[in-house]
Amino acid sequence: MSTYTKKQVHDLVEGTLDWDSVHKMLSMPKDKERYSLYMEVLQDKATYDHKIILALGPHLNLVEKTDGGDIVAMCDCGHDFGDYKNNWKLGANIYVRDTAEKMDEVYPRLMAPDTTWQVYREYSCPSCGSMLDIEAPTPWYPVMHDFQPDLKTFFEWLELPAPAKI
Amino acid sequence: MTILQSLEGAQLGKLLRNGMSLDDYRNGILARSAETGHYNGIKTLEFKERDPIGYERIFSKVRAGLVNSREVAKKIAASPIVEQEGELCFTLYNVAGDCVATSTGIIIHVGTMGAAIKYMIQNNWELNPGINDGDMFTNNDCQTGNVHPCDIATIVPIFFEGHLVAWVGGVTHVIDTGAVGPGSMSNGQIQRFGDGLQITCRKTGVNDTPLRDWLHESQRNVRTVKYWILDEKTRIAGTHMIREMVQETIADEGIEAWEQFSLEVIEDGRRGLVSRIKAMTIPGTIKTVAFVDVPYTHPDVNVPSPFAKIDTIMHAPCEITVKPDATWRLDFEGCSRWGWHTYNANPTAFTSGIWVMMTQSLVPTERINDGARYATQFRLPKGTWTNPDDRRTAHADAWHFLVSSWSSLWRAISRSYFGRGYLEEVNSGNSNPCNWLQGGGINQDGEIHAVNSFETAACGTGACAMKDGLNNAAAIWNPEGDMGDIEIWELAEPLLYLGRTQKTNSGGYGKYRGGLGFETLRMVWGSHDWTMFFMGNGYMNSDWGLMGGYPAATGYRFEAHNTGLLDRIKEGKSIPLGEDLNPDDREWEKHLGPDAEVKRDKQCITTEAIFENGDLYLNYLRGGPGFGDPLDRTHAKIQEDLNENYVLPEFAKKIYGVVYTQDNEGVYTVDSEKTSARQAEIKEERKARSVPVREWMETERAKILDLDASPQVQQMFASSFALSEPFLNEFKTFWDLPADWDLKESSLGIPMFGSDVTMDISEMPDCKPVIMTEE
Ligand SMILES: [Zn+2]
Repeated sequence: MSTYTKKQVHDLVEGTLDWDSVHKMLSMPKDKERYSLYMEVLQDKATYDHKIILALGPHLNLVEKTDGGDIVAMCDCGHDFGDYKNNWKLGANIYVRDTAEKMDEVYPRLMAPDTTWQVYREYSCPSCGSMLDIEAPTPWYPVMHDFQPDLKTFFEWLELPAPAKI
Repeated sequence: MTILQSLEGAQLGKLLRNGMSLDDYRNGILARSAETGHYNGIKTLEFKERDPIGYERIFSKVRAGLVNSREVAKKIAASPIVEQEGELCFTLYNVAGDCVATSTGIIIHVGTMGAAIKYMIQNNWELNPGINDGDMFTNNDCQTGNVHPCDIATIVPIFFEGHLVAWVGGVTHVIDTGAVGPGSMSNGQIQRFGDGLQITCRKTGVNDTPLRDWLHESQRNVRTVKYWILDEKTRIAGTHMIREMVQETIADEGIEAWEQFSLEVIEDGRRGLVSRIKAMTIPGTIKTVAFVDVPYTHPDVNVPSPFAKIDTIMHAPCEITVKPDATWRLDFEGCSRWGWHTYNANPTAFTSGIWVMMTQSLVPTERINDGARYATQFRLPKGTWTNPDDRRTAHADAWHFLVSSWSSLWRAISRSYFGRGYLEEVNSGNSNPCNWLQGGGINQDGEIHAVNSFETAACGTGACAMKDGLNNAAAIWNPEGDMGDIEIWELAEPLLYLGRTQKTNSGGYGKYRGGLGFETLRMVWGSHDWTMFFMGNGYMNSDWGLMGGYPAATGYRFEAHNTGLLDRIKEGKSIPLGEDLNPDDREWEKHLGPDAEVKRDKQCITTEAIFENGDLYLNYLRGGPGFGDPLDRTHAKIQEDLNENYVLPEFAKKIYGVVYTQDNEGVYTVDSEKTSARQAEIKEERKARSVPVREWMETERAKILDLDASPQVQQMFASSFALSEPFLNEFKTFWDLPADWDLKESSLGIPMFGSDVTMDISEMPDCKPVIMTEE
């Protein structure tokens, strides 16, 4: 089993890790302590003090709040999307590309979907405007609730103490 | 020994050393596995623990033998699909038909050939036609586990001292199976009756010799006879090499060791998957969904039956549950119905194919075998396109749906990798590996011919969470894909290359962009009575981006007839070369004669159209989806995108907010300060133009109540609702619809053949289909 330094995990997050290390990460069995180093790296970057416990995206984490220990989805800017068991997308802003003209902004017309078949739904943070997710479903499709982690089991797997309010 | 003699001599319980019939023996394994959760009830890996070196020695011999046989056998084939692209695979099974180990290549066939062996066991091939040393069985039946008819499997039983001890299967993807449409993944036909030659576990050889009736019959039922013959020789040579290797291994290690190994290795494989799931994923539930277009109302889709002339959409929702015991369940509740086209799948194709993908991330090991299947619960509801309840279904291009649905699985499981910090494993999804260039007629050598370009094996890959996707690199169904050499394709196809280049703007944008696809422009040359058609996604893309990245570009079609090119070449005038940089600019049309008829549109599925020499066909191979907010892309990478033609400047401005200067030689330099300022503006523009999701939901809900959607969208929902009450209820709950709200296919005013009355393969006389998933 290989182990990595916090610096290597930091560089991985920044996209600057040397290829030899990346290749080792890909080809060797996974390092269980990656999670903790990753959380440290993300915490160092955070603009808030709430404890990051899981990454949902480059700008979106699950955090254990310093005030009361609630677990919520939170944008890098501090925007609070509420309880982690709910779908954070329902608290986001949305822009739907549902006409050919709106699709013209992202692809040449011949390389974009026909909006009578498929639309793009762009979910962004209401506070900072970061793009958090893009769905490409048919019209009418319910908003996807992508991920509902079983945090209790997860922390058992990691053999780490779990947040109180899971 | 003649067939008749072997039949008279056949008697249950003579094959195995333990005196049991094959079916009883296999049923015992299934029962012990179900009861204990361990393959064959094996709770301790006794052999591996007692004699780890002996265990590993057998594994290494077997695996090396499989890989080596594949490499040697490949050289026999003439078909570039096999010889260039490596679309072949050899797999070793224990006597129950469970995979022990496999070679490299299209490893989806771990499951498909296993299903054929299980079918023979379950349907008593032991008595009739009998299973003897030196026999060969051939299968490509899509209702016996195969993916599509063009994957032909040769299956050989392996005997040691008079008893059956293993099976070996070899599969190649042949160029043509004599379907209505030429080419191996064609789409003119809409039913099994027209989908090409289908062989159901037929005994095609005895005493290591192919039977003459089989050779004559099979060869006259396909277009590309020369390739067909050499492909069969490839499969036979490979399976026989492996048989010899296994017999030598048993002679060295002892029959008891082999028997124990061939069971224990599968439990070992099951545990391998469990430990990887625990090491890499996050327990819980991930939901995902995929779609792809089936645009059949267009006049360029000519099919024999009027009820197939409808536009539909493939719908593949999936709920992945990673359980506390680190096994997992993949539930496809809500999928749309099978249809009158060639994109239907069957459960074995669907589930086996998932391993092809998982070996590229979750289990990147040579130790993939049937154990992984025993650690996985699949649920594929009967009647959906993943598990048709009608024996008429066609499957020639099952991949159109399979790759589309799998893209979403990759995206889904990547959420787990990202959450734990294994960013190096994240893949935003794969491209839909298409277009499939196909056609046929009389080739440049004056022979009846069919073509099926496998340039698709080198599409763009999805972006990772720490790097861009790879350009023109891979396809989900064959991780070792290759685009093939131009010179080889030009020998195999009467189509000259006027250009081959990376496809600008085909990768999805993002912090890390999707890998680009590529495009080749082909001019028909030297053919007679020639047709071609297109096969891919156009009105929709089947990938999405991940975590803020954009989907890849969709497909489009370009074909040109009556081009005047042969005259223009003689006269030294300009001709279309290189790339179709921005397809909306129609640059190529400027280099064609005045009477050229050009089709440039989103209709990426067509049936046979006549192509004369001098006509043009664009083969556009798709790019992969992007990862993360494009505004997070480094300015250096955007500059590279511009200078390498990876992105059109117009879209680099719109998506990335880049501000640049260009020097006299056309080299772009990004103005970082101005770009940052513009990107800040874009974030404000996003806030200004977007609305709270709950507000938008009110307007979307009103559209649903008004039935405001295209017929194909309504058909997709109606077909999923009819098959899945849970999906209907979920839909109604999400949109807060009235309790009596429903949408029926019968209300859509389009023919819905197959929606009410069907007849399943299990209703055939004396037929016991192999069922390995929940339905
Ligand atoms: Zn924010």
